[in-house]
Amino acid sequence: MSAPPAGALATRDLSLWYGPVQALDLVSLSIAPHAISAIIGPSGCGKSSLLRSFNRLHPLAADVRVSGDVTLNGASVCASSLPVEELRRRVGMVFQRWTPFPVSIYDNVAAGPRLNLRLERADLDAIVEQALRRAALWDEVKDRLREPARRLSGGQQQRLCIARALANGPEVLLLDEPCSALDPIATQRIEEVLWELRQDVTIVIVTHNLQQAARLSDETAVLIGGRLVEHGPSSQLFTSPREPRTEAFITGRFG
Amino acid sequence: MSSLRHSPIGDRLYQTLTTLCAISVLVLLLVLSARIFVAASPALQAFGWRFLTGAQWDAVHGVFGVAPAVYGTVISSALALALATPLALAVAIFSAEVAPAWLRSILEFALDLLAAIPSVIYGLWGLFVLVPLLRDRVMPVLTETLGLADTPLFAGPAYGPSMLAAALLLAIMILPYIAAVAREVLAAVPDAQREAALALGATRWEMLRHAVLPYARSGLVGAVILGLGRAFGETMAVTMVIGNRHEMSASLLAPGYTLASLIANEFAEASATLHHAALMAAGATLLLVTLLVNALARWLVWRVRRPGDA
Ligand SMILES: Nc1ncnc2c1ncn2[C@@H]1O[C@H](COP(=O)(O)OP(=O)(O)O)[C@@H](O)[C@H]1O
Ligand SMILES: [Mg+2]
Repeated sequence: MSAPPAGALATRDLSLWYGPVQALDLVSLSIAPHAISAIIGPSGCGKSSLLRSFNRLHPLAADVRVSGDVTLNGASVCASSLPVEELRRRVGMVFQRWTPFPVSIYDNVAAGPRLNLRLERADLDAIVEQALRRAALWDEVKDRLREPARRLSGGQQQRLCIARALANGPEVLLLDEPCSALDPIATQRIEEVLWELRQDVTIVIVTHNLQQAARLSDETAVLIGGRLVEHGPSSQLFTSPREPRTEAFITGRFG
Repeated sequence: MSSLRHSPIGDRLYQTLTTLCAISVLVLLLVLSARIFVAASPALQAFGWRFLTGAQWDAVHGVFGVAPAVYGTVISSALALALATPLALAVAIFSAEVAPAWLRSILEFALDLLAAIPSVIYGLWGLFVLVPLLRDRVMPVLTETLGLADTPLFAGPAYGPSMLAAALLLAIMILPYIAAVAREVLAAVPDAQREAALALGATRWEMLRHAVLPYARSGLVGAVILGLGRAFGETMAVTMVIGNRHEMSASLLAPGYTLASLIANEFAEASATLHHAALMAAGATLLLVTLLVNALARWLVWRVRRPGDA
């Protein structure tokens, strides 16, 4: 058996509980590498919980219990050979509400590399520029890198968060409803960025916007009540779903 | 602002009431300051700038200068702040970020309790425990064992009541204030900031250093300023341990005086008009020093906030 390509995520019989509340129930899902996968489903169905299982970033105060397994390139993300900090560098995450640090644009993007690498100034500059370019933000901020990140617009801040994650050179990028607080134009910019990125990064996006899932993603997974209901190519899933519950959800009859 | 015109009566009433309350605070401050300055004016007219720079305080001959008390106020408070701040921040960080929930609640309870102890109790403890301890155990070690007696900071005889005792006691008194406020400030940092740092591969310590502390910075400075304000105004406990000698000495082992202690000690027996006015002027000086330091601190908060938040 050949080694799986970089950035391949999978879960096997993944269940997750918050105290007594079960949020995921035996989810087995393979995420296509170097493609965009969308996770859709009604609110509270466990989308965020699933996404957070991939980089083991569970909600901070929560009493979380997990069973089953999550693998990155075939190796368990809980393996002792993979410290959780390294896992999170390789599996980046962007949140629904943009979360720039209260420092400059430059320092935001440099935050990840500074944590792990001892870099010459020029090398760090290069990493920051490349990350900003990949997030299609460079042209807008190249003359104001020292300005506070919070002066940027919402859409720009969200792309800054994408750039910040990219500066770590991740194999996978997880996004939890990244556009739900943005206007259509800002949303489109982010979709364009993700579309470019899919060539070298595996992208998993949780979205409540079904059109977004349909037009952006290669594959879609439908979660309902913590269970994986259907998973397949988006073109097929949105036009001729196999499962009645998928059809009910995407035609708006529940959720 | 135009929305105000369309707002219902309740809103307008509320608006008027709160504005009135806000203004009344300002008016109170102004009236208070004005009264103090009026009462102080005989002394200010008699001595002018020499009131601030003069080192002599002689009620018998009617010569008044507050320099040693200003010096003592500033030095004891600054020293207390320097001692208390690192410890208080460490306690706050431990309590907000590291401690398990059960220990956290015990710590919070202890901090609240410490903050609630009346200052006269601190003073008694300082007088009967801290000062003897310093005199018999700590000061001999400093001067003899460590041989610091030749340095100006630790020169002179060690009676016990001293600038050092006042600074230590003040440090203990302001620590719970700074720690409690700093803890609240840290707890108010959104989890999203923490998660953003963790998502980049930060350890918990790195998360604290790169996400939590920068976010909380201006609030933490505010906590420290609160402690400073309290140190400046603290009267009773300091009066009990500082030695109440109107002299300026570089030595921490020497007794000193603060503006607040000076006023508290002499007000009851100030019969001469000039003496009375001089004490009022000392009060005005304390008010000014406090305002100045607060303004400086505000400016500092504003400075540190700027690079982060627009
Ligand atoms: N921190 C938490 N503590 C307790 N329960 C939680 C927590 N986060 C989520 N849950 C519960 O887990 C279930 C799934 O939540 P989530 O994964 O956030 O769903 P989604 O992202 O699809 O809206 C919900 O029932 C929710 O109430
Ligand atoms: Mg969610």
